[in-house]
Amino acid sequence: MSEVRILVGTRKGAFILTSDEKREQWEISGPHFGGWEIYHLKGSPADPNRLYVSQSTGWFGQLIQRSDDGGQTWEPVGNQFLYEGVPGTHQWYDGSQHPWEFKRVWYLEPSLTDPDTVYAGAEDAALFRSTDGGQSWRELPGLRSVKGHLWQPGAGGMCLHTILLDPDDPNRIFVAISAAGAFRTDDGGQTWRPVTRGLKSDYELPDPNAEVGHCVHSITMHRSRPGVLYMQKHWDVMRSDDAGESWYEMSGNLPSDFGFPIAVHTHEPETIYVIPIKSDSEHYPPEGKLRVYRSRTGGHEWEALTKGLPQSHCYVNVLRSALAVDSLDSCGVYFGTTGGQVYASADSGDSWTPIVRDLPAVLSVDVQVLP
Amino acid sequence: MIRVVLPAHLRRLARLNGKVELQVDGPVTLRSILDALEATYPMLRGTIRDHSTQQRRPFIRFFACGEDWSHEPPDAPLPDAIATGAEPFLIVGAIAGG
Repeated sequence: MSEVRILVGTRKGAFILTSDEKREQWEISGPHFGGWEIYHLKGSPADPNRLYVSQSTGWFGQLIQRSDDGGQTWEPVGNQFLYEGVPGTHQWYDGSQHPWEFKRVWYLEPSLTDPDTVYAGAEDAALFRSTDGGQSWRELPGLRSVKGHLWQPGAGGMCLHTILLDPDDPNRIFVAISAAGAFRTDDGGQTWRPVTRGLKSDYELPDPNAEVGHCVHSITMHRSRPGVLYMQKHWDVMRSDDAGESWYEMSGNLPSDFGFPIAVHTHEPETIYVIPIKSDSEHYPPEGKLRVYRSRTGGHEWEALTKGLPQSHCYVNVLRSALAVDSLDSCGVYFGTTGGQVYASADSGDSWTPIVRDLPAVLSVDVQVLP
Repeated sequence: MIRVVLPAHLRRLARLNGKVELQVDGPVTLRSILDALEATYPMLRGTIRDHSTQQRRPFIRFFACGEDWSHEPPDAPLPDAIATGAEPFLIVGAIAGG
């Protein structure tokens, strides 16, 4: 029988939740690294027991932890993230130019084929890569040359928070950066270009159609169709059918098209999940009802999934990396909230149960299925 | 031997149960203590001072013999009581209000 392992990053440590494939009874391990902010932890697709963790605090800075046994033991690895060459400057809140300064790692994306290769998305925004299991990190500086001087931090910081590796083309990578946009490389990270045509940010940018500056919250793809991308932008849920060359809106009948995460069903490439949030000034669900919305038509038409979720007085948020799906035949969907709940659905979102209710604020959720 | 007291998070990171004792050759200064500490416990690199600039992280403080040494030059000699091990050298996480 398969085992399901959920990796949860929170404001005060990491938690690992495990169950068999019925996903009814869960064992909870943690906190690992208690008291530290865990922005992200993720397992290697090539070796599921190889886990990488981004661990940080304002006091002691950034650490990267690695496990080779599925989270039973951990080893701190390299934590030196140096921008290549002269770091340069980006736009600051007052319009002046401000030097790039490393603050933390928001996102870790292990290679699809090599457990020792892993990408790290940083604040201030940059992409780093390790090919020695996290011991050392090198920046892929071409990304910041794409009008980096025009990027500026949003309220959450100038963070590179999404990394998507194309399963069909090892040289193609997509990244997303808050208040900077979406970018693609086709040569393994040497050169990059914005992939933002069709994005429109009427209330965030002076030029709503600007090439850079869009506040992209998250992007996802289905492994069987890496040219089809789904995006939750600050406002607007978007879709691209040509690997980001152009985007069109598919918000349809959502009660709000503001939100953070977006996910796609493991076995149905046209089934998408978002969690609408009322607005960018009120980071909680519309009407105090926590609802996951599912489209089975590739966007435009959405249904509310509410069974088992609080439908009154709920004012949590669900952050960009806190929604994940598993690969079991009956697709599991999981998300964590800033209120410390982790909800699970073993039936593609039709019904939900909380696995835990009182964790620290959840920053990230990832899931693995183990043989 | 120099005695060093670390914040709880760093003790756990370095897998220490109590105080740290370090052998420091030459003048006993902030820099020589931190160099010895990081050489013995490499996982602490970057957590107390910046990898590149060697500047103290903003929310770290250094106390010696009841005095705050956080703003002193890194090569200034520390008090004899630290150098002889009579008093511990304290590395402290600054108070965060709230």
